[in-house]
Amino acid sequence: MAYSDKLIEHFKQPKNVGTLDKEAQDVGTGLVGAPECGDVMRLQIQVDDQTKVIKDAKFKTFGCGSAIASSSVATEWLKGKTIDQAMEIDNMAIVEELALPPVKIHCSVLAEDAIKSAITDYKKKNGIETE
Amino acid sequence: MDRNNLIYLDNNATTPMDPRVLEEMTPYFTDFYGNAASRNHPFGWSAENGVDKARKQIADLIHVDPREIIFTSGATEADNLAIKGVFEMYSRKGNHIITLKTEHKAVLDSCKKVEKMGGEVTYLDVNNDGTVDLELLENSITDKTILVSIMWANNETGVIQPMKQIGEICAKKGVLLMSDATQAVGKIPVDPKATGVHLMAFTGHKMYGPKGVGALFVNRKNPRVKVTSQMDGGGHERGMRSGTLNVPGIVGFGKAAELAMNEMAEEAKRLSALRDKLESRLVNSLEECYINGSVENRMPHVSNISFKHVEGEGLMMTFNQNIGVSSGSACTSASLEPSYVLIALGLGDDLAHSSIRFSLGRFNTEEEIDRTIKQVSEGVNHMRNLSPIWEMYKEGVDLDSVEWAEH
Repeated sequence: MAYSDKLIEHFKQPKNVGTLDKEAQDVGTGLVGAPECGDVMRLQIQVDDQTKVIKDAKFKTFGCGSAIASSSVATEWLKGKTIDQAMEIDNMAIVEELALPPVKIHCSVLAEDAIKSAITDYKKKNGIETE
Repeated sequence: MDRNNLIYLDNNATTPMDPRVLEEMTPYFTDFYGNAASRNHPFGWSAENGVDKARKQIADLIHVDPREIIFTSGATEADNLAIKGVFEMYSRKGNHIITLKTEHKAVLDSCKKVEKMGGEVTYLDVNNDGTVDLELLENSITDKTILVSIMWANNETGVIQPMKQIGEICAKKGVLLMSDATQAVGKIPVDPKATGVHLMAFTGHKMYGPKGVGALFVNRKNPRVKVTSQMDGGGHERGMRSGTLNVPGIVGFGKAAELAMNEMAEEAKRLSALRDKLESRLVNSLEECYINGSVENRMPHVSNISFKHVEGEGLMMTFNQNIGVSSGSACTSASLEPSYVLIALGLGDDLAHSSIRFSLGRFNTEEEIDRTIKQVSEGVNHMRNLSPIWEMYKEGVDLDSVEWAEH
Protein backbone atom coordinates (compact mmCIF):
# COMPACT_ATOMS: atom_id res chain seq x y z
CA MET A 1 0.00 0.00 0.00
CA ALA A 2 1.69 3.19 -1.11
CA TYR A 3 0.78 6.39 0.70
CA SER A 4 0.54 9.89 -0.72
CA ASP A 5 3.47 12.25 -0.34
CA LYS A 6 1.30 14.60 1.70
CA LEU A 7 0.44 11.85 4.15
CA ILE A 8 4.06 10.84 4.55
CA GLU A 9 5.08 14.47 5.08
CA HIS A 10 2.46 14.91 7.83
CA PHE A 11 3.59 11.65 9.41
CA LYS A 12 7.32 12.36 9.33
CA GLN A 13 7.05 16.01 10.29
CA PRO A 14 3.69 16.33 11.98
CA LYS A 15 2.43 19.83 12.68
CA ASN A 16 1.24 21.03 16.09
CA VAL A 17 2.42 18.13 18.21
CA GLY A 18 2.12 18.93 21.88
CA THR A 19 0.04 19.50 24.93
CA LEU A 20 -2.04 22.47 26.11
CA ASP A 21 -3.05 22.93 29.74
CA LYS A 22 -6.26 20.98 29.88
CA GLU A 23 -7.30 22.79 33.07
CA ALA A 24 -7.17 26.23 31.40
CA GLN A 25 -10.54 27.89 30.88
CA ASP A 26 -9.89 28.65 27.20
CA VAL A 27 -8.73 25.13 26.29
CA GLY A 28 -10.95 22.33 25.05
CA THR A 29 -9.67 18.73 25.01
CA GLY A 30 -10.94 15.78 23.00
CA LEU A 31 -9.66 12.28 23.77
CA VAL A 32 -11.07 9.61 21.47
CA GLY A 33 -10.26 6.00 20.62
CA ALA A 34 -8.85 3.29 22.86
CA PRO A 35 -5.48 1.55 23.15
CA GLU A 36 -7.21 -1.81 22.54
CA CYS A 37 -8.45 -0.54 19.18
CA GLY A 38 -4.96 0.52 18.11
CA ASP A 39 -5.60 4.25 18.04
CA VAL A 40 -6.00 7.05 20.58
CA MET A 41 -6.21 10.66 19.52
CA ARG A 42 -5.95 13.66 21.85
CA LEU A 43 -6.73 16.95 20.21
CA GLN A 44 -6.75 20.29 22.03
CA ILE A 45 -7.87 23.75 21.03
CA GLN A 46 -7.24 27.13 22.58
CA VAL A 47 -10.08 29.54 21.84
CA ASP A 48 -10.25 33.35 21.91
CA ASP A 49 -12.86 34.22 24.50
CA GLN A 50 -14.29 37.16 22.52
CA THR A 51 -14.22 36.07 18.90
CA LYS A 52 -14.47 32.28 19.46
CA VAL A 53 -11.64 31.90 16.98
CA ILE A 54 -9.31 28.92 17.54
CA LYS A 55 -5.92 30.50 18.29
CA ASP A 56 -3.96 27.31 18.72
CA ALA A 57 -4.42 23.58 18.28
CA LYS A 58 -2.23 20.71 19.48
CA PHE A 59 -2.43 16.96 19.24
CA LYS A 60 -0.86 13.71 20.31
CA THR A 61 -1.88 10.45 18.66
CA PHE A 62 -1.15 6.80 19.27
CA GLY A 63 -1.86 5.04 16.02
CA CYS A 64 -0.86 4.23 12.50
CA GLY A 65 0.61 6.70 10.02
CA SER A 66 -2.81 7.64 8.66
CA ALA A 67 -4.12 8.43 12.13
CA ILE A 68 -1.16 10.66 12.89
CA ALA A 69 -1.35 12.46 9.53
CA SER A 70 -5.14 12.94 9.96
CA SER A 71 -4.60 14.58 13.35
CA SER A 72 -1.86 16.79 11.99
CA VAL A 73 -4.08 17.99 9.13
CA ALA A 74 -7.01 18.52 11.49
CA THR A 75 -5.00 20.77 13.80
CA GLU A 76 -3.74 22.79 10.82
CA TRP A 77 -7.27 23.34 9.61
CA LEU A 78 -8.59 24.30 13.03
CA LYS A 79 -6.33 27.27 13.54
CA GLY A 80 -8.04 30.50 12.51
CA LYS A 81 -11.51 29.00 12.32
CA THR A 82 -14.30 29.88 14.73
CA ILE A 83 -15.60 26.98 16.77
CA ASP A 84 -18.79 27.01 14.69
CA GLN A 85 -16.80 26.77 11.48
CA ALA A 86 -14.68 24.02 12.99
CA MET A 87 -17.80 21.96 13.72
CA GLU A 88 -18.34 21.82 9.96
CA ILE A 89 -15.08 19.99 9.20
CA ASP A 90 -16.01 16.73 7.55
CA ASN A 91 -13.92 13.58 7.68
CA MET A 92 -14.20 13.13 3.92
CA ALA A 93 -12.23 16.33 3.42
CA ILE A 94 -9.37 14.73 5.34
CA VAL A 95 -9.71 11.56 3.26
CA GLU A 96 -9.33 13.64 0.12
CA GLU A 97 -6.51 15.80 1.42
CA LEU A 98 -4.37 12.79 2.36
CA ALA A 99 -5.70 10.37 -0.27
CA LEU A 100 -6.47 7.86 2.46
CA PRO A 101 -7.12 4.33 1.20
CA PRO A 102 -10.51 2.80 2.10
CA VAL A 103 -9.13 0.72 5.01
CA LYS A 104 -7.91 3.97 6.61
CA ILE A 105 -11.10 6.00 6.46
CA HIS A 106 -11.73 5.24 10.14
CA CYS A 107 -8.65 7.38 10.94
CA SER A 108 -10.34 10.44 9.44
CA VAL A 109 -13.55 9.65 11.31
CA LEU A 110 -11.57 9.55 14.51
CA ALA A 111 -10.07 12.97 13.72
CA GLU A 112 -13.53 14.43 13.14
CA ASP A 113 -14.69 12.91 16.43
CA ALA A 114 -11.69 14.42 18.19
CA ILE A 115 -12.46 17.89 16.81
CA LYS A 116 -16.10 17.69 17.89
CA SER A 117 -15.17 16.31 21.27
CA ALA A 118 -12.64 19.13 21.90
CA ILE A 119 -15.18 21.79 20.92
CA THR A 120 -17.86 20.20 23.10
CA ASP A 121 -15.44 20.17 26.02
CA TYR A 122 -14.66 23.88 25.50
CA LYS A 123 -18.34 24.80 25.29
CA LYS A 124 -19.20 22.84 28.40
CA LYS A 125 -16.40 24.52 30.34
CA ASN A 126 -17.60 27.95 29.28
CA GLY A 127 -21.31 27.37 29.67
CA ILE A 128 -22.09 27.64 25.98
CA GLU A 129 -25.24 25.86 24.91
CA THR A 130 -24.80 23.08 22.36
CA GLU A 131 -27.73 22.78 20.03
CA MET B 1 13.67 0.99 -5.25
CA ASP B 2 17.30 1.47 -4.30
CA ARG B 3 18.11 -2.10 -3.40
CA ASN B 4 21.50 -1.33 -1.92
CA ASN B 5 19.94 0.61 0.87
CA LEU B 6 17.18 -1.88 1.68
CA ILE B 7 17.22 -4.23 4.64
CA TYR B 8 15.02 -7.31 4.49
CA LEU B 9 14.02 -8.62 7.92
CA ASP B 10 10.81 -10.38 6.92
CA ASN B 11 12.23 -13.80 6.15
CA ASN B 12 9.32 -15.58 7.84
CA ALA B 13 7.06 -14.15 5.15
CA THR B 14 9.32 -15.42 2.41
CA THR B 15 13.04 -15.76 1.86
CA PRO B 16 14.99 -14.41 -1.07
CA MET B 17 16.03 -17.21 -3.40
CA ASP B 18 19.62 -18.32 -3.15
CA PRO B 19 21.41 -17.67 -6.49
CA ARG B 20 22.73 -21.24 -6.37
CA VAL B 21 19.13 -22.45 -6.43
CA LEU B 22 18.30 -20.35 -9.48
CA GLU B 23 21.34 -21.69 -11.28
CA GLU B 24 20.14 -25.24 -10.71
CA MET B 25 16.62 -24.43 -11.92
CA THR B 26 17.39 -22.55 -15.13
CA PRO B 27 18.06 -25.53 -17.44
CA TYR B 28 14.72 -27.01 -16.42
CA PHE B 29 12.94 -24.05 -18.00
CA THR B 30 14.95 -23.99 -21.20
CA ASP B 31 16.58 -27.38 -21.89
CA PHE B 32 14.85 -30.06 -19.83
CA TYR B 33 11.31 -28.87 -20.32
CA GLY B 34 9.68 -32.28 -20.60
CA ASN B 35 6.79 -33.50 -18.48
CA ALA B 36 8.12 -35.68 -15.70
CA ALA B 37 5.23 -38.06 -16.36
CA SER B 38 6.23 -38.63 -19.99
CA ARG B 39 7.75 -42.05 -19.63
CA ASN B 40 8.60 -42.78 -23.26
CA HIS B 41 11.15 -40.22 -24.42
CA PRO B 42 14.31 -38.47 -23.26
CA PHE B 43 12.49 -35.20 -22.61
CA GLY B 44 10.40 -36.88 -19.96
CA TRP B 45 13.33 -38.87 -18.60
CA SER B 46 15.50 -35.81 -17.97
CA ALA B 47 12.65 -34.06 -16.20
CA GLU B 48 11.98 -37.15 -14.12
CA ASN B 49 15.65 -37.40 -13.21
CA GLY B 50 15.57 -33.85 -11.95
CA VAL B 51 12.51 -34.57 -9.83
CA ASP B 52 14.00 -37.80 -8.46
CA LYS B 53 17.17 -36.05 -7.41
CA ALA B 54 15.23 -33.27 -5.71
CA ARG B 55 12.96 -35.73 -3.94
CA LYS B 56 16.03 -37.41 -2.51
CA GLN B 57 17.61 -34.09 -1.46
CA ILE B 58 14.45 -33.11 0.37
CA ALA B 59 13.97 -36.55 1.94
CA ASP B 60 17.58 -36.49 3.16
CA LEU B 61 17.08 -33.12 4.83
CA ILE B 62 14.29 -34.51 7.02
CA HIS B 63 15.60 -38.11 7.20
CA VAL B 64 12.71 -39.86 5.44
CA ASP B 65 12.28 -42.11 2.42
CA PRO B 66 11.93 -40.23 -0.90
CA ARG B 67 8.70 -42.13 -1.53
CA GLU B 68 7.23 -40.36 1.48
CA ILE B 69 7.46 -36.92 -0.15
CA ILE B 70 4.31 -35.67 -1.95
CA PHE B 71 4.91 -32.49 -3.93
CA THR B 72 2.29 -29.73 -3.74
CA SER B 73 2.02 -26.09 -4.73
CA GLY B 74 3.11 -24.96 -1.27
CA ALA B 75 2.62 -25.42 2.45
CA THR B 76 -0.96 -24.17 2.39
CA GLU B 77 -1.94 -26.90 -0.03
CA ALA B 78 0.01 -29.47 1.99
CA ASP B 79 -1.83 -28.40 5.18
CA ASN B 80 -5.16 -28.68 3.37
CA LEU B 81 -4.28 -32.08 1.96
CA ALA B 82 -3.15 -33.43 5.33
CA ILE B 83 -6.11 -32.24 7.37
CA LYS B 84 -8.97 -32.74 4.94
CA GLY B 85 -7.30 -35.82 3.48
CA VAL B 86 -6.96 -37.52 6.87
CA PHE B 87 -10.48 -36.51 7.85
CA GLU B 88 -11.93 -38.13 4.74
CA MET B 89 -9.68 -41.19 4.79
CA TYR B 90 -10.21 -42.00 8.47
CA SER B 91 -13.82 -40.96 8.88
CA ARG B 92 -14.80 -44.48 9.91
CA LYS B 93 -12.38 -44.33 12.84
CA GLY B 94 -13.59 -41.01 14.19
CA ASN B 95 -14.28 -37.39 13.39
CA HIS B 96 -12.31 -35.41 15.97
CA ILE B 97 -9.25 -33.28 15.29
CA ILE B 98 -7.18 -31.32 17.83
CA THR B 99 -5.12 -28.27 16.97
CA LEU B 100 -3.86 -25.03 18.55
CA LYS B 101 -5.30 -21.53 18.51
CA THR B 102 -1.89 -20.25 17.37
CA GLU B 103 -1.72 -22.32 14.17
CA HIS B 104 -1.36 -20.76 10.74
CA LYS B 105 -4.60 -19.90 8.93
CA ALA B 106 -3.95 -22.70 6.43
CA VAL B 107 -4.45 -25.16 9.29
CA LEU B 108 -7.20 -23.27 11.12
CA ASP B 109 -9.27 -22.70 7.99
CA SER B 110 -8.84 -26.32 6.89
CA CYS B 111 -10.15 -27.31 10.32
CA LYS B 112 -13.09 -24.94 9.89
CA LYS B 113 -13.87 -26.69 6.61
CA VAL B 114 -13.69 -30.05 8.38
CA GLU B 115 -16.26 -28.77 10.88
CA LYS B 116 -18.56 -27.89 7.99
CA MET B 117 -18.06 -31.41 6.69
CA GLY B 118 -19.36 -32.82 9.99
CA GLY B 119 -16.11 -33.07 11.91
CA GLU B 120 -15.40 -31.84 15.41
CA VAL B 121 -12.34 -29.72 16.12
CA THR B 122 -10.82 -28.70 19.44
CA TYR B 123 -8.71 -25.52 19.32
CA LEU B 124 -6.41 -25.65 22.33
CA ASP B 125 -5.24 -22.63 24.28
CA VAL B 126 -1.48 -22.34 24.65
CA ASN B 127 0.73 -21.41 27.59
CA ASN B 128 1.74 -17.76 27.94
CA ASP B 129 5.07 -18.53 26.29
CA GLY B 130 3.26 -19.94 23.26
CA THR B 131 4.04 -23.61 23.91
CA VAL B 132 1.38 -26.31 24.04
CA ASP B 133 -0.01 -27.42 27.40
CA LEU B 134 0.90 -31.13 27.18
CA GLU B 135 -1.48 -32.22 29.90
CA LEU B 136 -4.35 -30.37 28.26
CA LEU B 137 -3.47 -31.98 24.95
CA GLU B 138 -3.43 -35.46 26.41
CA ASN B 139 -6.73 -34.94 28.22
CA SER B 140 -8.37 -33.61 25.05
CA ILE B 141 -7.76 -36.80 23.07
CA THR B 142 -10.90 -38.95 22.95
CA ASP B 143 -11.74 -42.25 21.30
CA LYS B 144 -13.09 -40.20 18.39
CA THR B 145 -9.82 -38.35 17.83
CA ILE B 146 -8.11 -39.20 14.55
CA LEU B 147 -5.58 -36.40 14.22
CA VAL B 148 -3.55 -33.91 16.24
CA SER B 149 -2.16 -31.00 14.19
CA ILE B 150 0.51 -28.87 15.87
CA MET B 151 2.95 -26.60 14.12
CA TRP B 152 6.66 -27.18 14.61
CA ALA B 153 7.54 -23.49 14.96
CA ASN B 154 5.29 -20.48 14.99
CA ASN B 155 5.50 -17.97 12.16
CA GLU B 156 4.90 -14.88 14.30
CA THR B 157 6.88 -15.63 17.44
CA GLY B 158 9.28 -18.36 16.32
CA VAL B 159 8.25 -20.47 19.33
CA ILE B 160 9.19 -24.15 18.86
CA GLN B 161 6.76 -26.74 20.20
CA PRO B 162 7.95 -29.75 22.23
CA MET B 163 7.34 -32.06 19.26
CA LYS B 164 9.02 -35.07 20.85
CA GLN B 165 6.68 -35.06 23.85
CA ILE B 166 3.69 -34.38 21.62
CA GLY B 167 4.72 -37.36 19.49
CA GLU B 168 4.92 -39.56 22.56
CA ILE B 169 1.44 -38.57 23.69
CA CYS B 170 -0.01 -39.25 20.23
CA ALA B 171 1.77 -42.61 20.03
CA LYS B 172 0.45 -43.61 23.45
CA LYS B 173 -3.08 -42.64 22.46
CA GLY B 174 -2.83 -44.11 18.98
CA VAL B 175 -3.71 -40.98 17.00
CA LEU B 176 -2.01 -39.54 13.96
CA LEU B 177 0.20 -36.46 14.39
CA MET B 178 0.50 -33.84 11.67
CA SER B 179 2.83 -30.84 11.87
CA ASP B 180 2.99 -27.67 9.84
CA ALA B 181 6.77 -27.32 9.80
CA THR B 182 6.90 -24.51 7.26
CA GLN B 183 8.99 -22.23 9.48
CA ALA B 184 11.24 -24.96 10.86
CA VAL B 185 12.44 -27.10 7.94
CA GLY B 186 15.77 -25.92 6.61
CA LYS B 187 16.39 -23.70 9.64
CA ILE B 188 16.65 -26.18 12.52
CA PRO B 189 17.03 -29.98 12.53
CA VAL B 190 13.64 -31.56 11.81
CA ASP B 191 13.24 -35.34 11.93
CA PRO B 192 9.57 -36.35 11.79
CA LYS B 193 10.21 -40.08 12.13
CA ALA B 194 12.33 -39.75 15.26
CA THR B 195 9.67 -37.41 16.65
CA GLY B 196 6.57 -39.46 15.94
CA VAL B 197 5.18 -37.08 13.33
CA HIS B 198 3.20 -38.90 10.62
CA LEU B 199 2.41 -36.02 8.27
CA MET B 200 4.38 -32.82 7.81
CA ALA B 201 3.88 -29.79 5.58
CA PHE B 202 6.65 -27.47 4.41
CA THR B 203 7.60 -25.28 1.48
CA GLY B 204 10.45 -24.09 -0.72
CA HIS B 205 10.15 -20.34 -0.41
CA LYS B 206 10.78 -20.20 3.35
CA MET B 207 14.17 -21.87 2.88
CA TYR B 208 15.72 -19.87 0.02
CA GLY B 209 14.00 -21.92 -2.66
CA PRO B 210 11.34 -20.85 -5.16
CA LYS B 211 7.71 -19.96 -4.46
CA GLY B 212 4.93 -22.20 -5.71
CA VAL B 213 6.34 -25.52 -4.55
CA GLY B 214 5.88 -27.34 -1.27
CA ALA B 215 5.63 -30.84 0.07
CA LEU B 216 3.72 -33.08 2.40
CA PHE B 217 5.61 -35.86 4.13
CA VAL B 218 3.33 -38.88 4.55
CA ASN B 219 4.57 -41.77 6.68
CA ARG B 220 4.64 -45.04 4.72
CA LYS B 221 5.31 -47.66 7.38
CA ASN B 222 4.31 -48.20 11.00
CA PRO B 223 1.80 -46.81 10.56
CA ARG B 224 1.07 -46.65 6.83
CA VAL B 225 -0.72 -43.33 6.48
CA LYS B 226 -2.98 -42.47 3.58
CA VAL B 227 -4.80 -39.29 2.71
CA THR B 228 -7.72 -38.80 0.36
CA SER B 229 -6.60 -36.67 -2.56
CA GLN B 230 -7.97 -33.14 -2.71
CA MET B 231 -6.86 -32.59 -6.31
CA ASP B 232 -7.99 -35.25 -8.74
CA GLY B 233 -6.65 -35.97 -12.19
CA GLY B 234 -3.78 -37.98 -13.59
CA GLY B 235 -2.96 -39.78 -10.38
CA HIS B 236 0.43 -38.16 -9.84
CA GLU B 237 2.27 -38.40 -6.53
CA ARG B 238 0.95 -41.89 -5.70
CA GLY B 239 -2.56 -40.76 -6.36
CA MET B 240 -2.49 -38.27 -3.48
CA ARG B 241 -1.96 -35.13 -5.55
CA SER B 242 -2.68 -34.99 -9.27
CA GLY B 243 -1.29 -32.33 -11.55
CA THR B 244 1.77 -31.99 -13.76
CA LEU B 245 4.82 -31.59 -11.57
CA ASN B 246 6.39 -28.14 -11.34
CA VAL B 247 9.75 -29.51 -12.42
CA PRO B 248 11.92 -26.36 -12.22
CA GLY B 249 10.32 -25.47 -8.87
CA ILE B 250 10.89 -28.95 -7.49
CA VAL B 251 14.52 -28.95 -8.68
CA GLY B 252 15.03 -25.61 -6.93
CA PHE B 253 13.33 -26.85 -3.77
CA GLY B 254 15.70 -29.84 -3.82
CA LYS B 255 18.77 -27.66 -4.19
CA ALA B 256 17.55 -25.41 -1.40
CA ALA B 257 17.18 -28.50 0.82
CA GLU B 258 20.71 -29.62 0.03
CA LEU B 259 22.12 -26.17 0.84
CA ALA B 260 20.13 -26.02 4.07
CA MET B 261 21.40 -29.41 5.13
CA ASN B 262 25.02 -28.35 4.63
CA GLU B 263 24.80 -24.84 6.01
CA MET B 264 22.02 -24.90 8.60
CA ALA B 265 24.15 -25.32 11.71
CA GLU B 266 26.56 -22.50 10.84
CA GLU B 267 23.77 -20.25 9.70
CA ALA B 268 21.68 -20.75 12.83
CA LYS B 269 24.66 -19.83 14.98
CA ARG B 270 25.36 -16.67 13.00
CA LEU B 271 21.74 -15.56 12.87
CA SER B 272 21.01 -16.17 16.53
CA ALA B 273 24.01 -13.97 17.45
CA LEU B 274 22.67 -11.20 15.21
CA ARG B 275 19.13 -11.66 16.53
CA ASP B 276 20.34 -11.51 20.12
CA LYS B 277 22.28 -8.34 19.38
CA LEU B 278 19.26 -6.69 17.78
CA GLU B 279 16.99 -7.73 20.61
CA SER B 280 19.24 -6.86 23.52
CA ARG B 281 20.22 -3.46 22.11
CA LEU B 282 16.59 -2.49 21.59
CA VAL B 283 15.35 -3.81 24.90
CA ASN B 284 18.23 -2.26 26.85
CA SER B 285 18.11 1.18 25.25
CA LEU B 286 14.34 1.64 25.12
CA GLU B 287 11.95 1.42 28.04
CA GLU B 288 8.91 -0.82 28.15
CA CYS B 289 9.78 -3.39 25.52
CA TYR B 290 8.47 -6.92 25.82
CA ILE B 291 9.65 -10.03 23.99
CA ASN B 292 6.72 -12.16 22.90
CA GLY B 293 6.86 -15.93 23.20
CA SER B 294 9.29 -18.35 24.79
CA VAL B 295 12.88 -17.11 24.69
CA GLU B 296 14.26 -20.59 25.46
CA ASN B 297 12.33 -22.53 22.82
CA ARG B 298 12.57 -20.28 19.85
CA MET B 299 13.81 -20.22 16.26
CA PRO B 300 17.31 -18.72 16.03
CA HIS B 301 16.40 -15.98 13.59
CA VAL B 302 13.12 -14.61 14.95
CA SER B 303 12.35 -11.86 17.44
CA ASN B 304 8.87 -10.55 18.19
CA ILE B 305 8.91 -7.42 20.36
CA SER B 306 6.12 -5.19 21.68
CA PHE B 307 7.07 -1.53 22.10
CA LYS B 308 4.52 -0.36 24.63
CA HIS B 309 2.36 2.69 23.84
CA VAL B 310 3.50 2.71 20.23
CA GLU B 311 1.28 1.39 17.45
CA GLY B 312 3.10 -1.18 15.33
CA GLU B 313 2.04 -0.09 11.89
CA GLY B 314 2.80 3.55 12.65
CA LEU B 315 6.21 2.52 13.97
CA MET B 316 6.91 0.55 10.81
CA MET B 317 6.14 3.63 8.78
CA THR B 318 9.04 5.47 10.39
CA PHE B 319 11.50 3.11 8.73
CA ASN B 320 9.64 1.15 6.07
CA GLN B 321 11.18 3.09 3.20
CA ASN B 322 14.21 0.89 3.70
CA ILE B 323 13.54 -1.82 6.31
CA GLY B 324 11.01 -4.60 5.76
CA VAL B 325 9.47 -6.20 8.87
CA SER B 326 5.97 -7.31 9.94
CA SER B 327 3.63 -6.12 12.64
CA GLY B 328 1.00 -7.91 14.68
CA SER B 329 -1.05 -4.76 14.63
CA ALA B 330 -4.52 -4.59 13.22
CA CYS B 331 -4.24 -1.89 10.66
CA THR B 332 -1.77 -3.78 8.47
CA SER B 333 -4.53 -5.97 7.11
CA ALA B 334 -8.08 -5.26 6.08
CA SER B 335 -9.28 -6.65 9.41
CA LEU B 336 -8.95 -4.45 12.46
CA GLU B 337 -8.22 -7.28 14.88
CA PRO B 338 -4.67 -7.50 16.17
CA SER B 339 -2.72 -10.75 15.85
CA TYR B 340 -4.72 -13.72 17.16
CA VAL B 341 -1.45 -15.50 17.87
CA LEU B 342 -0.30 -12.81 20.32
CA ILE B 343 -3.77 -12.62 21.86
CA ALA B 344 -3.61 -16.40 22.44
CA LEU B 345 -0.35 -15.81 24.35
CA GLY B 346 -2.33 -13.66 26.76
CA LEU B 347 -1.19 -10.26 25.50
CA GLY B 348 -3.65 -7.41 25.85
CA ASP B 349 -4.89 -5.91 22.62
CA ASP B 350 -2.75 -2.83 23.27
CA LEU B 351 0.50 -4.82 23.43
CA ALA B 352 -0.52 -6.90 20.44
CA HIS B 353 -1.03 -3.68 18.48
CA SER B 354 2.49 -2.61 19.51
CA SER B 355 4.35 -5.64 18.18
CA ILE B 356 6.96 -5.93 15.48
CA ARG B 357 8.32 -9.20 14.12
CA PHE B 358 11.93 -9.23 12.97
CA SER B 359 12.86 -12.38 11.03
CA LEU B 360 16.46 -12.58 9.90
CA GLY B 361 17.84 -14.62 7.04
CA ARG B 362 20.85 -15.95 5.17
CA PHE B 363 21.72 -12.68 3.48
CA ASN B 364 21.52 -10.26 6.42
CA THR B 365 24.76 -8.68 7.60
CA GLU B 366 25.83 -7.27 10.95
CA GLU B 367 26.01 -3.81 9.40
CA GLU B 368 22.32 -4.12 8.49
CA ILE B 369 21.43 -5.12 12.02
CA ASP B 370 23.32 -2.10 13.38
CA ARG B 371 21.41 0.22 11.05
CA THR B 372 18.15 -1.45 12.06
CA ILE B 373 18.84 -0.94 15.76
CA LYS B 374 19.46 2.75 15.10
CA GLN B 375 16.43 3.33 12.90
CA VAL B 376 14.00 1.34 15.04
CA SER B 377 15.15 3.14 18.19
CA GLU B 378 14.65 6.50 16.50
CA GLY B 379 11.26 5.35 15.26
CA VAL B 380 10.10 4.26 18.71
CA ASN B 381 11.21 7.59 20.19
CA HIS B 382 9.46 9.52 17.42
CA MET B 383 6.24 7.62 17.99
CA ARG B 384 6.41 7.94 21.77
CA ASN B 385 6.86 11.70 21.47
CA LEU B 386 3.62 11.67 19.52
CA SER B 387 1.77 9.24 21.78
CA PRO B 388 -0.76 10.59 24.28
CA ILE B 389 -0.79 7.33 26.18
CA TRP B 390 3.00 7.37 26.52
CA GLU B 391 2.65 10.87 27.98
CA MET B 392 -0.05 9.69 30.37
CA TYR B 393 2.05 6.68 31.34
CA LYS B 394 5.02 8.99 32.04
CA GLU B 395 2.81 11.23 34.18
CA GLY B 396 1.80 8.19 36.19
CA VAL B 397 -1.79 8.00 34.97
CA ASP B 398 -3.28 4.55 35.44
CA LEU B 399 -4.35 3.81 31.89
CA ASP B 400 -6.77 1.12 33.02
CA SER B 401 -8.72 3.72 34.96
CA VAL B 402 -9.25 5.94 31.91
CA GLU B 403 -12.66 5.73 30.31
CA TRP B 404 -11.80 5.27 26.66
CA ALA B 405 -14.24 6.25 23.95
CA GLU B 406 -14.09 2.96 22.04
CA HIS B 407 -15.17 3.09 18.47
